[in-house]
Amino acid sequence: MAGRKTLLDKVWDAHSVRELPSGQTQLFIGLHLIHEVTSPQAFAALRAAKLRVPYPQRTFATVDHIIPTDSQARPLGDALAEEMFQHLERNCAEHGITFFGPESGHQGIVHVIGPELGLTQPGMTIACGDSHTSTHGAFGAVAFGIGTSQVRDVLATQCLAMARPKVRRIEVNGKLGAGVYAKDVTLHIIRKLGVKGGIGFAYEYAGAVLDAMTLEERMTVCNMSIEGGARCGYVNPDETTFAYLRGRSFVPSGDAWDRALAWWRGMASDASASYADRVEYEGASIAPTVTWGINPGQALGVDERIPHPASVADDERASLAEAIDFMEWKPGDPVAGTKIDVAFIGSCTNGRISDLREAARVARTGKVAAGVRTYVVPGSQEVQRQAEAEGLPEIFRAAGFDWREPGCSMCLAMNPDKLRGNELCASSSNRNFKGRQGSPTGRTLLMSPAMVAAAAIKGRVVDVREVL
Amino acid sequence: MDAKVTRVDGRGCVLRGDDIDTDRIIPARYLRCVTFDGLGEHAFEDDRKQAKGNHPLDDDRFAGARILIVGRNFGCGSSREHAPQSLLRWGFGAFVGESFAEIFFGNCVALGLPAVTLPNAELDRLMDAVELDPAQELVLDLAAGTLTSRVGVQKIAMPDGARRQLLEGNWDATAVLLEARDAIQATAARLPYVGGF
Repeated sequence: MAGRKTLLDKVWDAHSVRELPSGQTQLFIGLHLIHEVTSPQAFAALRAAKLRVPYPQRTFATVDHIIPTDSQARPLGDALAEEMFQHLERNCAEHGITFFGPESGHQGIVHVIGPELGLTQPGMTIACGDSHTSTHGAFGAVAFGIGTSQVRDVLATQCLAMARPKVRRIEVNGKLGAGVYAKDVTLHIIRKLGVKGGIGFAYEYAGAVLDAMTLEERMTVCNMSIEGGARCGYVNPDETTFAYLRGRSFVPSGDAWDRALAWWRGMASDASASYADRVEYEGASIAPTVTWGINPGQALGVDERIPHPASVADDERASLAEAIDFMEWKPGDPVAGTKIDVAFIGSCTNGRISDLREAARVARTGKVAAGVRTYVVPGSQEVQRQAEAEGLPEIFRAAGFDWREPGCSMCLAMNPDKLRGNELCASSSNRNFKGRQGSPTGRTLLMSPAMVAAAAIKGRVVDVREVL
Repeated sequence: MDAKVTRVDGRGCVLRGDDIDTDRIIPARYLRCVTFDGLGEHAFEDDRKQAKGNHPLDDDRFAGARILIVGRNFGCGSSREHAPQSLLRWGFGAFVGESFAEIFFGNCVALGLPAVTLPNAELDRLMDAVELDPAQELVLDLAAGTLTSRVGVQKIAMPDGARRQLLEGNWDATAVLLEARDAIQATAARLPYVGGF
């Protein structure tokens, strides 16, 4: 129906190649991003089937998951990581795919470099063999994380077979308080809707809080859509979006810019669009939020206490007890004041320049507490350069933080950056799953980068509002 | 080989718990590889170690099981196809649960692995029955939409598109997608950004 479509509907219809006999849509993928972990088997399958890549100019590669953050020098110290790196280089060269490796000056986490290069644009379909591809929805793109067989599908056909999701509009109204960040907004939403609440849905984020956010903040919110079970999440493109895009390497200029702008504006959800579901939250009610458990929905305001198993629904009790046991809490323990061992600032959720600025603002207030190991990992080489230009590494180092090279690092610990034993890590990343940060018994508390920096300085979880 | 997946028979293995993520199914250190070979032995490695021999995958009564019976939101988190690849290589040919995370579900379909759901109460009955008598044979009949066990015949659910892909043997999507070469080109030509506006 004219005038009643969501952005999801418009993007879906524009990219629909055909309806498949299965009832799914064959969807054209406008931008395909690849990295070293989920692509080698896809290229091998392509080779086995003697298939070529028909749209090599629509795929871009970088290396992020396995790259060390102490030195990017080749060969990498880990022979398996080096082999993956070489496979990616060879596969890109063989198929004519642009590779943003460390020597390009544009290497970084795939979800950081896509936006900063201007590859990510409104109205696109985007796919990547990484669940945090939802990040790109911040621009008003429909962006899916996919598995390796689907990476093969996109390489071979530039298409995916997908079922159209329903759309849930999530409005965050009013204003956030001081010391409350986009990370707190997304953790709050997941806490309220649950880690499986988004299954079958795309999340459309809106409301005054989202309107007021920068693109980097919107990326943080969209990034964690998948943690709420939604395969993708997006914010409608607006003037903030267009201002961010203007002048970036892959963004059109001149007359083409004007044509792009007109098309992008037209892709936003209609004012009277209908939604399968709607929820609303009040920005002022969101506190600095910390996860305490083993999934991102197990979160609390920093001034709250670990729940009692008796206080939750029957079907949640076993999960709650498992989380309390793994995380070594007692019911009723306060989160604030908990001693930490490690602090990680970085990741595709919170490794951008604005995240580092906020963390540095906190770092200026003191020194890293004795016994706390720290990792400050810029999301990309471009973020690294910008941080250097602003003098952020000096601020971090003066406070005793370890400033490192760009990559995914301790978000998933595929490189040498890992927790040891049952260390407790204050982390600006996106997942607190058991073993996620490289030690099977390692424990993770997710929070905003400013909260991580504050925890590093105090040696304990603190309310960042008391520090700023 | 016939690609049609119409039924999976065999014994069940009960893995209780909700929100079991793909980091637990296959820890990230095993993603340092360029093939999926050898992933089977590392399935649930850290969980198994922490369970000290009491994990269902180490329970002799479930040895050789073909159908993994799980809880809610199974396979959430990372998109790593390594997760279903490792379970496939362990020996599982199908999953029955209350619900599955979407990327995990899509990855299963792409490998020809049915992931079907039962309502909570029905799932509980199945789990209890299989734990009580692990030797019983289960029959997952995708065409009929049923799971047969000592519990009786239970009605399973699966999104129709994915079910048809399995039944018709076109779950390996590349060939199907390639059929539409001309339509792909026409779609690309219609999208203003593909030509740089």
